[in-house]
Amino acid sequence: MHQEIVFSKYYGQSGVEGLDYYKKNDAGYLALTKSIDMGNEKVLAEVKDSGLRGRGGAGFPCGTKWGFIPKNSEKAKYLVINADESEPGTFKDRAIMTYTPHMMIEGAIIAARTIDAHMIYVYIRGEYVKEAEILEQAIAEAYKAGYLGNNVAGTGYKLDMTVHRGAGAYICGEETALLNSIEGKRGEPRIKPPFFPAAIGLYGCPTVVNNVETLAAIPSIINRGAAWFKEFGPEKNYGMKLFCISGHVNRPGLYERPMGYPLMKLINEDCGGIWRGRKLKAAFPGGSSSPVLTAEECNINLDFDSLAKAGSMLGSAGIMVIDDATCMLRVAIRTAHFYQVESCGQCTPCREGSMWLKDLHLRLERGDGQLGDLALIEDICNNMDGTTICAFGEATAWPLRSMVKKFRAEYERHVTEKRCPFGSRAH
Amino acid sequence: MASFGKEFTTEMERIERFYPNKQAMLLPALHAAQAERGWISDSTMQDIADYLSIPKTRVKEVATFYHMFHLKPVGKYNLQFCNNIACWLRGSEELIHHAEKKCGIQMGETTPDGNFTISEVECLGSCGTAPVCQINDDYHENFDVQALDKVLGEMK
Repeated sequence: MHQEIVFSKYYGQSGVEGLDYYKKNDAGYLALTKSIDMGNEKVLAEVKDSGLRGRGGAGFPCGTKWGFIPKNSEKAKYLVINADESEPGTFKDRAIMTYTPHMMIEGAIIAARTIDAHMIYVYIRGEYVKEAEILEQAIAEAYKAGYLGNNVAGTGYKLDMTVHRGAGAYICGEETALLNSIEGKRGEPRIKPPFFPAAIGLYGCPTVVNNVETLAAIPSIINRGAAWFKEFGPEKNYGMKLFCISGHVNRPGLYERPMGYPLMKLINEDCGGIWRGRKLKAAFPGGSSSPVLTAEECNINLDFDSLAKAGSMLGSAGIMVIDDATCMLRVAIRTAHFYQVESCGQCTPCREGSMWLKDLHLRLERGDGQLGDLALIEDICNNMDGTTICAFGEATAWPLRSMVKKFRAEYERHVTEKRCPFGSRAH
Repeated sequence: MASFGKEFTTEMERIERFYPNKQAMLLPALHAAQAERGWISDSTMQDIADYLSIPKTRVKEVATFYHMFHLKPVGKYNLQFCNNIACWLRGSEELIHHAEKKCGIQMGETTPDGNFTISEVECLGSCGTAPVCQINDDYHENFDVQALDKVLGEMK
């Protein structure tokens, strides 16, 4: 399988985040110069041709999104970088911001010029205090070097960039909640349509929201071309990708592999297999919002379309691996608890559904459940699916429904044996 | 009414040019106010409202939405344990029980001397190095009982 390291060359090293290092070792800001020579139309065409799909979770084609920005609008246009990274199991954007912040900043400057934005906000989750400091420092360097400010790279183009810190709210990763949060409001998702903030976004103006990893991919696409980018990964799922792997493997961490990389190869070869000599039981392939895969279903390639075809999703590529000594109901309780805490509370199905799902799972785990609770769990999930303002309803319903469906026998044993078959062990 | 210190006003003046209106400066203002005063009291909400010339209800509805804004004082050391799936799979529950026992308090409480608070937070983006505990601003990754005992000893 063809691969190359694009993002993760310096991960784990110190003193690599500065501008000088980026220029010396990674052809830093040459893509910006090249993009200025190419002109906006050619840049947009190149990004579209690369087939780059958004790395935040939805996998929407990046170039198409940029193309949605109306050309003749009198209004200010904005580029917003989604660095909220709150999907459980995901820790890739943090690495990009820590080790190669200029890769993201250069990609953002190219993107902003292409959509004619003069302001870039980096919306970073509040907990990433160190990462925000590194970004502030890198942005200051970019200003000093003339890549930001009143005369970007000598072109006379004005472009500002600032870091806007979130404050602990998973929902702010949803792009319309994120925009409200920048506006100084509660992070509550906006009613759709519009489905994209391209026409009505931040402060009611045309806006593109891109994930950190998506923008970090832009400099290499501009430098080396769409054809090079398409050498990696299967059709319509191109590029190198950061996979986050956690849970019960011997070597958890961040692995840069081509899209379409086999999950079992990642688990067994790269991560040294399941820990403590145990067996694989299940895995979330794309964060806690993705329906779980059983051990058999883990024989799958990690790309958007393969996982969608299998009824799950690549999402943010946050792979959480679960061994066979773990009670699935307890995994479900952690999952439901998370969504209950983080529901913004606007929509009844999500606010109430997440609470009842947690309570039902707790009752089953205690050994007080009834067989009818299994159908009730599915019923609640079905009533959350597609009935809420944002995708949070599905994000709760899909994984929990997948667990009760795929591990039904284990759920039933909790009822018939009136206790957890795994005993009092932590997992 | 109390006025904010120099760090607060310097930060607000630095970022003002990036925002088209004062309301949009609310999250940065809340962060800066909390950095100065440790938590967001009712009177701090009023001070922020006065500073930004926006209604206090706007400040309150936002301050109460985000988990990171403390609406009551927290300990000098805030032990924020992630107990989400990836950390839980790697033993976060055991760590939390250990911390509760050591500090003599339950989740969400603060020790009477005001030294420690134990709180549960959601996924911190440190799943590959789980379990993680964020003590004030600092991440403690690949955390275990020995490391917890060590930092608790150092933080008396």
